[in-house]
Amino acid sequence: MDFSAINPALLIASLMVAATAVMIAAIGELITEKAGVLNLGVEGMMITGAVCGFAVAVGTGSPFLGFLAAAGGGAVLSFLFAVLTQFALANQVASGLALTLFGLGLSSLIGQNYVGIRPPPTPRLDFGPLSDLPVVGPILFNHDPMVYAGLILVALTWAFLKYTRAGLILKAVGENHDAAHALGYKVIRIRILAILFGGACAGLGGAYISLIRVPQWTEGMTGGVGWIALALVVFASWKPWRVLLGAYLFGGVTVLQLNLQAAGVAIPAEYLSMSPYLITIVVLVLMSFDRSGAPASLGRTFHASQ
Amino acid sequence: MIFLEKRPQPSKTLSYITPVLAVLITMVAGGLLFAILGKDPVAAIRIIFWDPLFGEFAFYYRPQLLVKGGPLILIALGLSLGFKAGIWNIGAEGQYIMGAIAGAGVALALYPLEAWWIFPLMILAGALGGWAWAMIPALLKVKFGTNEILVSLMLVYVAENFLSAMAIGAMKNPEGFGFPGSRNLQQYPSAHNTEIIAGSGMHWGVAAAFIAAILAYVLLNRHLLGFQIRLTGEAPRAARFSGVKPARLVLFCMGTAGALAGLAGMFEVAGPAGQITTGFNVGYGFTAIIVAFLGRLHPIGIVLAGLLMALTYIGGEAAQSALQLPAAAIQVFQGMLLFFLLAVDVLTNFRIRITLGETA
Amino acid sequence: MTGTLLKIVGLTKAYPGVVANDDVSFNIQEGEVHALLGENGAGKSTLVKMIYGLVKPDSGDMAFKGTAYEPSEPQEARARGVAMVFQHFSLFDALNVAENVALGMAEPPKTRELAERIRTVSEQYGLPLDPWRLVGDLSAGERQRVEIIRCLLQDPKLLIMDEPTSVLTPQEVEILFATLRKLKSEGTSILYISHKLEEIRALCDEATILRLGKKVGTCTPREVTAAQMAEMMVGNELHRPEREPTTPGDVRLALKDLSVASPSQFGTSLKNITLEVRAGEVLGLAGVAGNGQDELLAALSGEITNAPGMVVLDGTEIGAKGPGPRRRMGLLTGPEERLGHAAAPNMTLTENALLTGAEREGLMSNGFLKWGKAKSFAEAIIDRFDVRTPGTETVARALSGGNLQKFVIGREVMQRPEVLVVNQPTWGVDAAAAATIRQAILDLAAGGTAVIVISQDLDELMEVSDNFAALNEGRLSEIKPAKGLTMEEIGLMMGGAHGMEVAHV
Repeated sequence: MDFSAINPALLIASLMVAATAVMIAAIGELITEKAGVLNLGVEGMMITGAVCGFAVAVGTGSPFLGFLAAAGGGAVLSFLFAVLTQFALANQVASGLALTLFGLGLSSLIGQNYVGIRPPPTPRLDFGPLSDLPVVGPILFNHDPMVYAGLILVALTWAFLKYTRAGLILKAVGENHDAAHALGYKVIRIRILAILFGGACAGLGGAYISLIRVPQWTEGMTGGVGWIALALVVFASWKPWRVLLGAYLFGGVTVLQLNLQAAGVAIPAEYLSMSPYLITIVVLVLMSFDRSGAPASLGRTFHASQ
Repeated sequence: MIFLEKRPQPSKTLSYITPVLAVLITMVAGGLLFAILGKDPVAAIRIIFWDPLFGEFAFYYRPQLLVKGGPLILIALGLSLGFKAGIWNIGAEGQYIMGAIAGAGVALALYPLEAWWIFPLMILAGALGGWAWAMIPALLKVKFGTNEILVSLMLVYVAENFLSAMAIGAMKNPEGFGFPGSRNLQQYPSAHNTEIIAGSGMHWGVAAAFIAAILAYVLLNRHLLGFQIRLTGEAPRAARFSGVKPARLVLFCMGTAGALAGLAGMFEVAGPAGQITTGFNVGYGFTAIIVAFLGRLHPIGIVLAGLLMALTYIGGEAAQSALQLPAAAIQVFQGMLLFFLLAVDVLTNFRIRITLGETA
Repeated sequence: MTGTLLKIVGLTKAYPGVVANDDVSFNIQEGEVHALLGENGAGKSTLVKMIYGLVKPDSGDMAFKGTAYEPSEPQEARARGVAMVFQHFSLFDALNVAENVALGMAEPPKTRELAERIRTVSEQYGLPLDPWRLVGDLSAGERQRVEIIRCLLQDPKLLIMDEPTSVLTPQEVEILFATLRKLKSEGTSILYISHKLEEIRALCDEATILRLGKKVGTCTPREVTAAQMAEMMVGNELHRPEREPTTPGDVRLALKDLSVASPSQFGTSLKNITLEVRAGEVLGLAGVAGNGQDELLAALSGEITNAPGMVVLDGTEIGAKGPGPRRRMGLLTGPEERLGHAAAPNMTLTENALLTGAEREGLMSNGFLKWGKAKSFAEAIIDRFDVRTPGTETVARALSGGNLQKFVIGREVMQRPEVLVVNQPTWGVDAAAAATIRQAILDLAAGGTAVIVISQDLDELMEVSDNFAALNEGRLSEIKPAKGLTMEEIGLMMGGAHGMEVAHV
């Protein structure tokens, strides 16, 4: 066993990388749920984003276009969910599951010719000499653009919900759709937009895994991160800053267990690999006492009758 | 202008027709998908849906229908109870794995003892293993109000890791030349889940599935508990008013689903699969969700839907070798089926009205 | 009165199976308080939704200040100067007062500025309100203020009020009327929807009366009697329930210091409720909505359990028992919400009969259900209470409100309860069905059942009760004989004006 190989600064830096995918996906789901829609298809949208992003990045050689395609792919898939739940008024839980099952199949179909290929590398943002600072350098100034994009997304979402009228309307629709309808707000339209945003974010998160974190394509490579994103929204009590906190916690556990595996701890790797999932369960239990932020209309179908 | 108008009463006729309609639409959309992949759509549909039943090699495929359909039906029956009551156990895959590990564990511990009671004991262990795994999300939901969807799903990943740990660790075959995987239970007569009628595909797990379907039918239509399950799903507040204890219902539905999934896993590991390996689970626990919905959460419907879904597995494999159709295509096909089913379901509760011209 | 503000000509709106409004025409003058009067189901709601742009009429025209008026959505109606105070569901519990107000405005000012304006306007009209409080924590009367302020901030020409007094105590009604009169004096027109005749006589200048979607008459409320208006509204003489005098027997149900925490975030907890009901007695419990009625019913039905000694039935402590055992012992209940609580909307009447009748009516043995007997029980309820339905295999939501209410109350009455507790037994029900239900309750009491009627309809309570008390913020007032109580006394029992200030007019 060699714990000295674990460098705290590098640990924090890699924790931020490990947290980014789940954070972006969870922020998207948070907006969707704030509008009163429970989309359980995050895993399916993430894996679809992962493969779309990968395919386009390999095809064009541009990781940027890859991420764009991933957002698009996730959004397209989420649109299917929107059609099912908002127009056909299907059960949201069942539709979300359908989305995940479909997404997993679709992604492996698209991805079968991409196994074993390396995607074009995503350059790190260049902060010049700042990156060379001890401790602060690797933690703050030595990341790929998506790490920063994720942080900005959290901040923007927070400001959007707290300070903008559109954010207020979104919350109103999720809180009481009948009242919002009575005041003349287009409940269905607002919810569809929120679903699409959630899909795009999930797609981005998925592409982060296939293009940067791993980076290559394998079937089912998101490995439950989409579900953890869903758990994260509950953990965060529907508050953006707490999504950030939760994502870093999750990232920390993931990185730590990987480091422990690498350091050759006497616990078999399989048991260490369980830890992120087990911790998610523990966190769900701990957070079950605080449902204060939960939108009151979450998961309920809206139909403007009479 | 097209809009939906709520029917005063859900249409019974349509609730029977919509699954069939969904299957037909999926066939068309699937054909389209196969055409995009450069395969002859008509040939693909024939190879998947017709040949396994009536083609040249039907004698080989037909028993497979039962072998694959058995676990799907068994798991879906359990899930359907919870789904009816609005309790969403989607971690059947994990419960299936744990049932298999528990069942196989009993056999491996007793090897090479031969006795008549070993197989019944394995059945019990399998059911208990799945039940215990399902009790985790159930108890957490009852005690703390945690979301059973997320917890049961997280436990799938935990179970998968546990399965690999078993396959290369505690349950590894000591005579296996270092290869991962347990002893093959097919070569252990007291533990082998044999075919009841040789060559029919009808092993004990399939028999269990049919028995479970009959029991589920009686439960849902004739017994107070079944009524309470339906009532809870339709109107949770009315159910509490009626005297239903929600916590007990959660424990019952989750526990039953877990036990049935565990049984399915145990019958699989002791029969068709034979051994505990890392990739032992092939997604029956998830496909069973589609089976449950396609069967309208009705026991008889589930039996039919389970057989149909088994057909897509078998036909899919056939198409894989005959047309080089990718394995994932069949997964997409199954996913699409659930999509279309949910979409056409709207017809049961709503009427589509088309009005022409000015309405105001 | 300077001219016509809103002119309505031949408005018609049909829904599948029912014509909600049939060729309705009337005018609202500037500065007039105009009453829209009618029974439940007469089409009042549909009519105002058309005026507010929520529903499109099939045919007919409207003109506002002399120009054509066809609002396609509420924003358009608000832009023209039409504002509406809803009866329920237009507030957001988890948002604060200022945010709720902002959501009802087309272009709200900055939050701080808006809060200031809310303070000013609310004090100006005698409806003080703290802009930063969460709406979920407000009382029913305060919630209504939020809605009114939301409207007033937009300087409406026409203010629509849908049954505004159903959530107020008599004292709070006076405050509201003072505010409305002040508005009227400033030239605002008010369309006032109600079925409470005395209120209309006290407040309104003109009245339009609807019955079954059609306009059946107009009158000047001050010049006619309440009875005359009632006759126009209902269409025929009403059968008034008859009360046979009874001497109360032994105590059947006793609550001792019953305290219950509300299961919902914005609910009301019950505090130290003590009462007794005797055989043959009807105890009426009044109270503004949200003062603990739902919680009390749940604590009695067994949906909420508590310490055994808090609820005592015929000398047996049952506080810790669930709904099943209580029902077996003869304590039956009827909740307020018909669909989803008293009945499962998508289940048949047979299944809904089974919902509470399984044990007392012997509809099962060893847990196995006897569907034949359940069907007969459902048929018996339908027969005795004249429930209009195609049959027992119809789903509950397909029935009209009045018919379903007759079914769910009938289901409990037919089980020969020892004690019956009902919450809002005639809410949203037409007059004929309401009379049937009240008569059934009185007959039951005459047969020796102890009855508690929880209701927000004071007229109903005065009609059926022997004794009377009120729920206020989860506490029970003193219990007094119903005979001889004045409105003033009742209002004070209900909590008076809840500390609200009277408008400085």
